[in-house]
Amino acid sequence: MLSLLKSMPGAIELGLIYALMALGVYITYRILDFPDLTVEGSFTTGGGIAMILITNGASPWVATIAAFGGGAVAGAVTGLLHTKGKINGLLSGIIMMIALYSINLRIMGKPNVSVYGIDTIFTTSNVLVVVVIVVIVTKLLLDLFLHTDLGLSLRATGDNERMIRSFGSNTETTKIIGISLSNALVALSGGLFAQQSTAADISMGIGVIVVGLASVIIGEAIFGARKVFWATLAVVLGSIVYRIIITIAYRVEWLKASDLKLITAVIVIVALVVPTIQKSLKQKKLARKRSAELLTDPVQRGGGQ
Amino acid sequence: MLNISKVSKLFNPGTVDEKTALIGINLHLKPGDFVTVIGSNGAGKSTLMNIISGVMRPDAGNVEIAGDKITLLPEYKRSKWIGRVFQDPMAGTAPRMTIEENLAMAYKRGKPRTLLLGVTPAKRAFFKEQLSRLGIGLENRLGAKVGLLSGGERQALSLLMATYTKPQILLLDEHTAALDPARAELITALTDSLVHEMKLTTLMVTHNMEQAIRLGNRLIMMDKGRIILDVNEQRKKELTVAQLLNEFEQISGKKLADDRIVLG
Ligand SMILES: Nc1ncnc2c1ncn2[C@@H]1O[C@H](COP(=O)(O)OP(=O)(O)O)[C@@H](O)[C@H]1O
Ligand SMILES: [Mg+2]
Repeated sequence: MLSLLKSMPGAIELGLIYALMALGVYITYRILDFPDLTVEGSFTTGGGIAMILITNGASPWVATIAAFGGGAVAGAVTGLLHTKGKINGLLSGIIMMIALYSINLRIMGKPNVSVYGIDTIFTTSNVLVVVVIVVIVTKLLLDLFLHTDLGLSLRATGDNERMIRSFGSNTETTKIIGISLSNALVALSGGLFAQQSTAADISMGIGVIVVGLASVIIGEAIFGARKVFWATLAVVLGSIVYRIIITIAYRVEWLKASDLKLITAVIVIVALVVPTIQKSLKQKKLARKRSAELLTDPVQRGGGQ
Repeated sequence: MLNISKVSKLFNPGTVDEKTALIGINLHLKPGDFVTVIGSNGAGKSTLMNIISGVMRPDAGNVEIAGDKITLLPEYKRSKWIGRVFQDPMAGTAPRMTIEENLAMAYKRGKPRTLLLGVTPAKRAFFKEQLSRLGIGLENRLGAKVGLLSGGERQALSLLMATYTKPQILLLDEHTAALDPARAELITALTDSLVHEMKLTTLMVTHNMEQAIRLGNRLIMMDKGRIILDVNEQRKKELTVAQLLNEFEQISGKKLADDRIVLG
């Protein structure tokens, strides 16, 4: 038990780093309604860019911002494939994910880059403090962006594309911007993760999409998601809760570390299925209540429009 | 204001499913004209609306608004001239966004969308004032999600969003057809007052004959992709529903067939 408590700060730290990735997934999956698999590649792109720049003597903060930029470019390409190339959304992401595998190897030069003994953004200060600040600032900036005129049209693109087009928004452009911003956040997360673990690995991005989805869904389930401010906060908290669940799962004796991805998949399935069941149960209950009301009160008319 | 010349549109050309939606349509609207459009099912009314708004491109012919030739302009670029309300009350608003956010998006019709805040205190006051014109209390619910509104309320909001930035052309495609009679009447009255107050050049498709005669200063009737009758303001004043149906039969040689037609 004590060792479990001791591992909590680490879990929270990791949850916060991955929260940036989850915010990216939130933009595509929830706002744009676009399941984007590019993130599996762009997470590594961010890690690779950060590590390579740092080992070549760049300032860690510059390297971190460059990671963000690299992800933005990758996302923009996916957006272009989907909008201008008219390629199915899921497929555009898969294509980019595969392409990024090669590109990431080119960036890193080898499958694994480590920076042991070189300064990262975490070297001189407490990791937790740095990530808390980065995550809060990013979250608030994202909230602000989603309330600007451009941000509103991005949200409307996922909510009612026909409507926002009838008001003069080029929805192809808003999609590209959204997917680009999403992957920029994912790559930023990858850049921080690589610096925290002092290494970037070609396979570090495998499975992040599911982790991102799990965080978004857990966050919504526990904390709700009405206004943008609460929705993004829920995503961040969801990411932390997810890490805590995983940390606890690690302690279960009959589970192996390699079962982790299966556990994540199960969490996502449960999180996706439970709300659907809840909703249909609620509907049925409401329907029963309404028909009972109508029976006892024949004067009262149905709900109407 | 709106000038449509020799516009034709075919669907699935050269196949067994070929449909002639519009053939050589000519239509000219003067500024401030309020034209009601009636016609049987499949007459091409919606296709005409879609061609004006740029959802579809004509196979032949031209569309001009205020002297600008816009035939090939994509939909999103024309919306700076055109306000639209759709038949489906769900189509004109974003349900997961608030009333004020929806209004803020409509406020920026056809203007560049930048990184400035969408809803500012000044804009909020303006939105409130505009919403109060609807007279259904939406001005007190600025922060409510649009998805929580009823169909009638959503359609009223759509109507305000489509008109309050004074578009050059307003297109209404059976925008009351999905509502129950009482709410349809409310939206019709709102439409009439908004169009008159702002002197909007309007094209309104309706399946309600009485409404088509009562509203506006001109009435056109469509059948099989053509405008078969064009009634001016003076004649319209004396027109009755019976005369109108009779006229349709005379010209087209059949009864006006539309199961949703309301005689008024
Ligand atoms: N997207 C489409 N694909 C094929 N045919 C269409 C399409 N839209 C409309 N049509 C056909 O074009 C004709 C005119 O349709 P429409 O303009 O919707 O009529 P209205 O609105 O007057 O009822 C109809 O025969 C209809 O079946
Ligand atoms: Mg129609």
